[in-house]
Amino acid sequence: MLKQKPSALPLRYAVIIGAVGGLGALLFAVAGGLGQSSVTAQDFVNLQEGNNPHLGFRRAHAKGFCIAGEFVSNGSLQPYSIAPQFAATSTPFVGRISIAGNNPTAPDLNAPVRSLALSFGAGSSRWLTAMNTPPVMAVGTPEAFYQQIQALSPDPETGERNPERIQAFFATHPETQTFRNWQAGYTPTASFASEIYHSINAFYLINENGDRQAVRWAAMPTISSNEELDSENVNALQNEFFARVEAQPVAFDLTFTFANDSDDETNPTVLWPEDRQQVVAGQIVVHQAMPENEGNCNEINFDPLVLPKGMAATADPILRARSAAYAESYRRRAREHFLNSSLQPSPQKESENSQ
Amino acid sequence: MSQPTTYNLSARVMHWGMAFLLFSMLFAGLAMVQSLQPWHLTLLGLHKSFGVIALIAVMVRLIIRLRTATPAMPDSIPALQKRIAHASHWLLYAAMFAMPLSGYFMQNAAGRPVAVFDLFTLPAVMPVSLPLYGFFREVHALVAWALIALVLVHIAAALHHGLVKRDGVLQSMTGRKK
Repeated sequence: MLKQKPSALPLRYAVIIGAVGGLGALLFAVAGGLGQSSVTAQDFVNLQEGNNPHLGFRRAHAKGFCIAGEFVSNGSLQPYSIAPQFAATSTPFVGRISIAGNNPTAPDLNAPVRSLALSFGAGSSRWLTAMNTPPVMAVGTPEAFYQQIQALSPDPETGERNPERIQAFFATHPETQTFRNWQAGYTPTASFASEIYHSINAFYLINENGDRQAVRWAAMPTISSNEELDSENVNALQNEFFARVEAQPVAFDLTFTFANDSDDETNPTVLWPEDRQQVVAGQIVVHQAMPENEGNCNEINFDPLVLPKGMAATADPILRARSAAYAESYRRRAREHFLNSSLQPSPQKESENSQ
Repeated sequence: MSQPTTYNLSARVMHWGMAFLLFSMLFAGLAMVQSLQPWHLTLLGLHKSFGVIALIAVMVRLIIRLRTATPAMPDSIPALQKRIAHASHWLLYAAMFAMPLSGYFMQNAAGRPVAVFDLFTLPAVMPVSLPLYGFFREVHALVAWALIALVLVHIAAALHHGLVKRDGVLQSMTGRKK
């Protein structure tokens, strides 16, 4: 063993403290957001859930119910994708119909956005899609989307939306124009079955030669409904859909729109021109609808980046960000369900049962 | 029977290889759970694939550890300290198993297959369940921080042996000059 000079000891300790402390500090800093852009997944979900999170519920689209049925493919997408769902066959699905917002007991008819989410297949053939009534995003980046939610959130003091703040946001974001045009022309229908649900973001279909085709898709209704609903009933749309499916299956045509070379598939704020090729891939047929505590959709995180072989994600930044934010929301509600096994996904159904 | 003064070459290769892998995985994991950037998906795919490699590596490493002679700690180290050192090594092994397993299980409970470099997909070993996902997701994060704490203490102790006590313990893993 070497005899060491006592004077060198403080230096040696300094090296140890510096190395271990530096490494520890770096790990803490990365965990605290070092190297991240201005908005993280946690920031997003914090904003969505607000000051009083509804424990156990999704932080966005908290109110919804489960559906089950089958996708009856006509095989017309087979030349474009090797995904087994597009062979001329029928694939069962589990899904969820929901309204936008963080409140699981919100009145159905007040929601600005309605959604249809589907999960088909398993393993490497699994495909999840979360479709919404608007055809485009208002903005094209997660940072701008964060600002949009901030601008649209009610003022904490008045509890009302602030029109000046909303105006200011739209004025500084001209890319919101297509979305605002849609909003101005959109009239909500009297049924979840008579809405159009859009993929919004674009994806690639990939065939056996490896050719990529950028597409968007939409579930197009096969019925129309303008009947008067009871505007006092917070579950008006949900009850209407349950009664409708009880009587007969509800069908949507799953329609794909193909981009041209001139279309930017990474920009979710722009509509592609109407003359683009459209292909009806088949029908989504809903056979059953049930509350979340009786169905098996509550445990699904409808992450739009879960795609089968034969489909792939575009570089659309909103699409990538959706996946990360959904994962954080999923983590939070899963933790709440683990810590409190009595949490129920659908309180509104319980009150119905007890009547 | 005389004990070696250094870990054998296979043990040293596994140690330093896994040290590099573990730090890559820890930094990737901490960063990717926050990121909204397009590289998030790529990093997540790599994290899962390398997680499977880490699980295989720790199994190989455990076999090597059990089947080869390990260097004795110097007599200058008190018995209690030796016991603490041994315990910390087995805790490191436990954490190195718990990290990939909890990651695999949480993906299972979420109904998300774990694909390894697009080559093959691991089988599902449990039902899709929100509370189970909640449990394994939190275990994955807590064990990550426990592993970070263990590794930092491990590095501090190794450097203390190497720089201050100079008793050959650090060299048993770095290798000795001939």
